[in-house]
Amino acid sequence: MRSPWLLGPLGIAVVLLAWSLISLSGAVDPLFLPSPPAVWQAAGDQFRGGILVADAIASVRRVFLGFALSAALALPLGIAMGSNTLICRLLEPLLGLIRYMPAPAFIPLLIIYFGLGELPKVLLIFIGTFFFNTLMIMDAVKFVPRELLETALTLGGRKLPILTRVVAPYIAPQVIDAYRINMASAWNLVIVAELVAANEGLGKRISLAQRFLRTDEIFVGLIVIGLIGLLIDLGFRAVLRRSCRWAS
Amino acid sequence: MHLSVSGVSKTFGDGRHAKLVLDDITLSVDSGEFVALVGSSGSGKSTVMRLIAGLERPSTGVIAMDGKPVRGPGSDRGMVFQKYSLYPWMTAAQNVAFGMSLQGLPRALVRERTAYFLEVVGLQNDARRLPKELSGGMQQRVAIARALAADPKVVLLDEPFGALDLQIRETMQEFLYELWQRSGITALLITHDLEEALLLAQRVHIMAPSPGRIVRTVEADLDRSNLAHLRMSPPFLELREELVTSLRNLDAAAS
Repeated sequence: MRSPWLLGPLGIAVVLLAWSLISLSGAVDPLFLPSPPAVWQAAGDQFRGGILVADAIASVRRVFLGFALSAALALPLGIAMGSNTLICRLLEPLLGLIRYMPAPAFIPLLIIYFGLGELPKVLLIFIGTFFFNTLMIMDAVKFVPRELLETALTLGGRKLPILTRVVAPYIAPQVIDAYRINMASAWNLVIVAELVAANEGLGKRISLAQRFLRTDEIFVGLIVIGLIGLLIDLGFRAVLRRSCRWAS
Repeated sequence: MHLSVSGVSKTFGDGRHAKLVLDDITLSVDSGEFVALVGSSGSGKSTVMRLIAGLERPSTGVIAMDGKPVRGPGSDRGMVFQKYSLYPWMTAAQNVAFGMSLQGLPRALVRERTAYFLEVVGLQNDARRLPKELSGGMQQRVAIARALAADPKVVLLDEPFGALDLQIRETMQEFLYELWQRSGITALLITHDLEEALLLAQRVHIMAPSPGRIVRTVEADLDRSNLAHLRMSPPFLELREELVTSLRNLDAAAS
């Protein structure tokens, strides 16, 4: 294969082509499968009306707030659990249990506690990613080679400097990767939260479109969600490549 | 400097699962000496090293530096490991500087000493390279420079060349011997390689397994002016042959 990077765009092109052919053939009612030009048209309308950008900003904002909170708290807690047996024994069963509670199941409680504003949505994203982030960081800390820690001890290092100057840089690539992976759940959850209750947001737009049988707008929402997710993923990969040159 | 290990034993686990891994180890190292501990795997030689480094506590007996009992790891006992010896995200220079910076030395001094010790190990031109860009032998030289730069009273070397190819190993042995001669460091070397021990150390303690104990101590009083020559010289080969035979008999008796 002379240009392997072409394979990705090729895969996308094949699906687009199949979609166009099926909708051109008239085999499926356009109500269920809007044609690519119709979806493009709907996207243009939403963009010109400013709805698309407003929706995207609303969703991205929720994801970033909820995920930033989750990432910021998971880092110290994960490091504490990974480096201290007592803290780990105390918290691991609890976190392991909560982790298996589906985050969307917390929506009713969050609505009862915090109403229908931004806070419950942000908290939903927090709940859905915090436990995974913490446990993945804990695991990364547990796998820091013993020799690296012991060398620091014999060089005169104490506990806290060893955490910040040996453990933290060593786990950095795994932490960034954990964030990248769990960011995907954050996107799932923001859409779920908006389907339940919101004034704007990409998920809200999809559920409105359903009410009016606007499948073209549902397609627009799905594609935009996918594209933003992909951009974030690529962003994390770029950060990883640039900040952790030693790990590649 | 006087490092003494007296009557030290170590038991891992407790109750019915207790296992005696070291039995009544006694040895000492004085300033400027090069001492080696040789034994097969399971002879507990690495455990002796970890106890001296303060990474583990003896079950009985006392380890003391200049009369003061060792209670934990400290920068007076530097260590070089066989694996994962360098911090992979730091350059060679940053690795060498790390101990000094942990100890809070002034920056200018750290820079100066880093340059000095990189030169001591012959890597002044590789200061800015990452460990993955260095060969195995170069990596171990950086690890040794880092240990020395932290100004320890004794350097503990735990199979420092165990992961290297034979040829590089020999070069590194000669490098270490020269370094020891030049810089007047005190070294305690752990190795499974009898030749390496006899070549480098004036005193060699030979350990046997289950439980780990010192079975013989040899004062290797040899002419070390030319190590490559010494490797092939009759007195060296004779001594080595004799020790290999007695070790083999021990292993046979144990199994």
